[in-house]
Amino acid sequence: MDEKMVNLKINGLAVQARAGSTILEAARRVNIEIPTLCHLKGINEIGACRICVVEVKNAKSLVPACVYPVSEGMEVKTNTLKVQKSRRMTLELILSDHRKDCVNCVRSKNCELQNLSNDLGVDFLRFGKHEKEPMPESSTVHLIRDNSKCILCRRCIAMCGAVQGVSVLAPVERGFRTKVSTAFDKKLSDVPCVKCGQCIAVCPTGALTDKEYTQEVWEALEDPDKHVVIGTAPSARATLGECFGMPIGTNVEGKMVAALRRLGFDGVFDVDTAADLTIMEEGTELLERLEKGGPFPLITSCSPGWIGFAEYFYPEFLPNISSCKSPQQMFGAIMKTYYAKKKGIDPKDIFVVTVMPCTAKKYEITRSGQSAAGSGIPDVDVALTTREISRMITRAGIDFVNLPKEDFDPAFGEASGAAHIFGATGGVMEAALRTVAEILTGKPLERPEFHEVRGTKNIKEAEYDIAGKKIRVAVTSGLANARKLLDRIKNGEAEYHFVEIMGCPGGCVNGGGQPIQPGPVRGFTDLRSLRAKALYDEDRGMTLRKSHENETIKKLYEEFLEKPGSHKAHEILHTTYQPRSRY
Amino acid sequence: MAKTNGLCLGISEQEARLKDYIEKTGRDPSLLLSYLQEAQEIFGYLPEEVQVIISKETGIPLADIYGVVTFYSQFSLVPKGRNSISVCLGTACYVKGAGDILARIKELLNIEVGGVTEDGLFSLDATRCVGACGLAPVVLINKDVYPKMTVDAVEEVLKKYRNKEEPGE
Ligand code: SF4
Ligand code: SF4
Ligand code: SF4
Ligand code: FES
Repeated sequence: MDEKMVNLKINGLAVQARAGSTILEAARRVNIEIPTLCHLKGINEIGACRICVVEVKNAKSLVPACVYPVSEGMEVKTNTLKVQKSRRMTLELILSDHRKDCVNCVRSKNCELQNLSNDLGVDFLRFGKHEKEPMPESSTVHLIRDNSKCILCRRCIAMCGAVQGVSVLAPVERGFRTKVSTAFDKKLSDVPCVKCGQCIAVCPTGALTDKEYTQEVWEALEDPDKHVVIGTAPSARATLGECFGMPIGTNVEGKMVAALRRLGFDGVFDVDTAADLTIMEEGTELLERLEKGGPFPLITSCSPGWIGFAEYFYPEFLPNISSCKSPQQMFGAIMKTYYAKKKGIDPKDIFVVTVMPCTAKKYEITRSGQSAAGSGIPDVDVALTTREISRMITRAGIDFVNLPKEDFDPAFGEASGAAHIFGATGGVMEAALRTVAEILTGKPLERPEFHEVRGTKNIKEAEYDIAGKKIRVAVTSGLANARKLLDRIKNGEAEYHFVEIMGCPGGCVNGGGQPIQPGPVRGFTDLRSLRAKALYDEDRGMTLRKSHENETIKKLYEEFLEKPGSHKAHEILHTTYQPRSRY
Repeated sequence: MAKTNGLCLGISEQEARLKDYIEKTGRDPSLLLSYLQEAQEIFGYLPEEVQVIISKETGIPLADIYGVVTFYSQFSLVPKGRNSISVCLGTACYVKGAGDILARIKELLNIEVGGVTEDGLFSLDATRCVGACGLAPVVLINKDVYPKMTVDAVEEVLKKYRNKEEPGE
């Protein structure tokens, strides 16, 4: 470490900190927490809310610790009466027009504003009584925006813009009238929102929340005429525990299955099995293109946030995107065709629920061409986020943490390690490479790991020599990163055979439907790597690590789909895309 | 009398002028303010169609453009009337009754702040301090200054503009 360090004192404690780092970061080195609200490390560093103010010796006024850089000899006090008073005043002003209906607010107990008010002792409001009226905007399938709970921290704007490259949210007007809105205050459904939900995941309050679909599921569960099945996405097992206070990165697969069974589902299945199926179909597509010589690159299609982004912003790449439905849709399609037939149940009486890390999945189920059973029967009836299923589990009075572990139902519960790692960026690529490599070489891989495509680097590239063929691949996640990669491909600066794009930064483990972690946790723990580790660890401990070795999938082809890429498979497991206008 | 709605008259020519200007200055997103000023010059106001042109030409997201347009009071989303009225609501004017004067104008013209009369003759804005506090309360119509306005005088003043053949310069 040859970085320049400076010495300072915080509350009398000597601290060494990297030159250029902030007081906020330095304070954490000596276990002093400074409250923050608008700050999101690396994403929203605008010093807007001033909750984080501290006293710096010889400075004229209090300074915001989240953006104020340390310097040699600096003396900082983080908890003087003056600081306390200022923070409380700031909070009181924010709260003065905030619609404080915590009792009915879905973010209660997980709200940064509520927690700060409690922690900082704001127990009396001097400027109350100007609460905004509710103003819910619920035009899209995935979220509800209510500016009466917005504190103008602008985290959502930074997420939608700088991180996702979508930029449909912006601050509009000025002064007291400032608000977060869209162009011409249009409904979110009338602007190119890709429904990734990243804005929800970073909102510190209840201003952006899931549009909840749990009621439909409760009703289906009580309906004696419905056969209700549920399937869980690869990444949900790596995150659901957080909703029940378990450490980040705990794999709760067994408890999750037990909880779903206790909720009364008639079948508790693994969407990972469908992920193996996806690999068979997508791998075949890649092999076909390698044989025919293109068109390259083939781009993955699992992430509906990415699909929406391509349709709005990069329609020229639509022919490159794999025609494979996502694992969620393949799961639903198989349930309403093969499974229905085997069980002797009319597809319209099967109600398919999924647990997804993703709010765009709610949109995906409504897309056209997602009805394998025909007659307008959707492949999937309800896509719940990890957050929504946790609320169902809580409402049902299930003591999640102390549940025993149970296994998925065998009819559609066996999955490979390759499918588990779908939940992390690079996972789909690695899963596909495991299968494609073995098919091309006709030999088992010595080691199934492809380390080059793992990790949270923005854009990962690798070249593999497989059976004498050079295969160039790239992996990215987060749509602003996707933009960079696609522009490079477009300008001829890079060439690949196969590209994996996930809409959310870090892939599904950091999806917009995942448990919400407050700003300070997001800033100071590597959420994505911890959650991804749970999946890679599971893969490493398995003997079944390749999709094409999955017996359930083999049987599925034998009995029903014939072979990967068959006409039948295309009818049931593939789809199409269309350009959409941004304006 | 034709409305002064720039968009109805020869959009393609105006559009070409704006595109040309953006092209010549290198489609530079950091020049957004001057693009908006130029566009307002050309079209008289900045409706959605015009902001979409700027978005397409520069790659700046439409939401960001709209944010800037609504931030600066110099930009207008609606066509201006041929006579533009500004009522100063700075502190000095406000304490001397500018609010009542504004209310009277709204009542007489039947429009809100930011609006235009149906005949396109007047548009109404409220401004921050115009720096003529000694003359408070102040009303500006086009470039004419009306110092020490009173509620009663409003009607007379507006009449002058109604009767004019040519709009005030
Ligand atoms: S957003 Fe937070 S403070 Fe506001 S009502 Fe909801 S829980 Fe309470
Ligand atoms: S869901 Fe995604 S695209 Fe839509 S507003 Fe939120 S961050 Fe932007
Ligand atoms: S909607 Fe949420 S994230 Fe966005 S500015 Fe308001 S409080 Fe912040
Ligand atoms: S100004 Fe530092 S957290 Fe908002």
